Amino acid sequence: MSTVPADLRYTKSHEWVRTLADGTVEVGITDHAQHALGDLVFVEVPEAGRTVKAGEPCAVVESVKAASDVYAPLAGEVTAGNPRLGEAPETVNTDAYGEGWLMRLRPAPGALTGAALMSAADYQKVLEAEGG
Amino acid sequence: MGRHTPLFKLHQELGARIVDFGGWDMPVQYSSQIGEHHAVRRAAGVFDVSHMCVVDLRGARVRALLQQLLANDVAKLKTPGKALYSCMLNERGGVIDDTIVYYLSDSWFRAVVNAGTRDKDLAWIRRHAPACGVEVTERTDLAMLAIQGPEGRAKAAQLLTAADAGAALALHTFVGREIGGWFVARTGYTGEDGFEIMMPAAEAVPAWRRLNSLGVASCGLGARDTLRLEAGMNLYGNDMDEGTQPFESGLGWTVAMEPHERAFIGREALAPIARGGSPRRLVGLVLTDRGVLRSHQRVVIPGGGEGEITSGTFSPTLERSIAFARVPADTGAAVQVDIRGKLLNARVVKPPFVRSGQSLIGSSKGPS
Repeated sequence: MSTVPADLRYTKSHEWVRTLADGTVEVGITDHAQHALGDLVFVEVPEAGRTVKAGEPCAVVESVKAASDVYAPLAGEVTAGNPRLGEAPETVNTDAYGEGWLMRLRPAPGALTGAALMSAADYQKVLEAEGG
Repeated sequence: MGRHTPLFKLHQELGARIVDFGGWDMPVQYSSQIGEHHAVRRAAGVFDVSHMCVVDLRGARVRALLQQLLANDVAKLKTPGKALYSCMLNERGGVIDDTIVYYLSDSWFRAVVNAGTRDKDLAWIRRHAPACGVEVTERTDLAMLAIQGPEGRAKAAQLLTAADAGAALALHTFVGREIGGWFVARTGYTGEDGFEIMMPAAEAVPAWRRLNSLGVASCGLGARDTLRLEAGMNLYGNDMDEGTQPFESGLGWTVAMEPHERAFIGREALAPIARGGSPRRLVGLVLTDRGVLRSHQRVVIPGGGEGEITSGTFSPTLERSIAFARVPADTGAAVQVDIRGKLLNARVVKPPFVRSGQSLIGSSKGPS
């Protein structure tokens, strides 16, 4: 059974979003997603300054088996990609909701309130419907 | 739902993730693909390879049939039990499949062919067998376990009585024989020592459980793929198929053009290539930049020309990405690979990348 922290919000494509004190958001992939992918061996994160649209592929996580896109959960400007993941991609497996974050975004005006993000309870239902 | 091996329920019970492989529901990993890979390089692991197709060929002229069907020459097999790796070609020299054949007696050979090509292989063999009076029997009654790794043979021998264990441990490389009702062969697809054991289907589950209790790790097809690629072994359907010939697939060494009077299928198409060389060849690549090589990525040759990756992965042993690529024959020591629009640098090397746990590719700093 995968972990779904109550204080985060989620997408159907298995990203999580954490609102930080300065108004930016941190984005990662869920415990369910890291488990389904298996051992990650390479992670490509976006560079600071890049503008992304909601639903745009903006990072790549690669397991031994395959490469998968990660989608921007909301529109905004990238303020940081997680620098640790270049050397230690497995951090996403071991700490998906913490040190394994992928990027930080400054939401475009209105993007955070307008984004189609789910509560932990609703994301849990998505996982149950997927059989996870 | 795909086909199931006799071990399917046990795989589920062990928590394996199941995927489709050539029409079979097979375990891709149990816990960690990288962990399973290291278990085989450092100790021992067991794979369910019962989806592969075991075919017995019996008849007084079975050797003549195989000398026609296979690009390698079974005349090289002089002692019973000895195995031979070969391609089976079509008239154009394209690879129908690769196979291992065991010489069991002058009227009995056993071939192991791939799961995904089972139907076309059997149809091809059955089309040619009657002319030599050879009877073709698919051994669906057998399960096959591969026990691989430096401790693999010693662990597997504990499944046998003391006398049988002695016989199994005395097998030379690439030799198999009937031992205690099982067919035990010192072969594999990982670059490590080990056995492949064919046994009655009902005996597979207890054998697997016993191996687990001896510390042999359950390993899935995911680890099997990274192990074989590190070991420089081709995968049918990725690295060669009916549209490619052995000389551009790293398999020229398996084509026996001598004696010249042996008329194997595909010989005429290959003769000019065997004489004049192939315009393309299969090479190993080691990615020096960060990323992961994958099949079908484009290879860019400095000074012009292109190639394509046929198999690529992250190598758990080397902790960098490796691949096979089909490139122009005159490709030099360095190439670039197009990964999502970025050109990354790779070194050209001669496979294998890893043998018996040891890296064979030298320094990661560049050509040595």
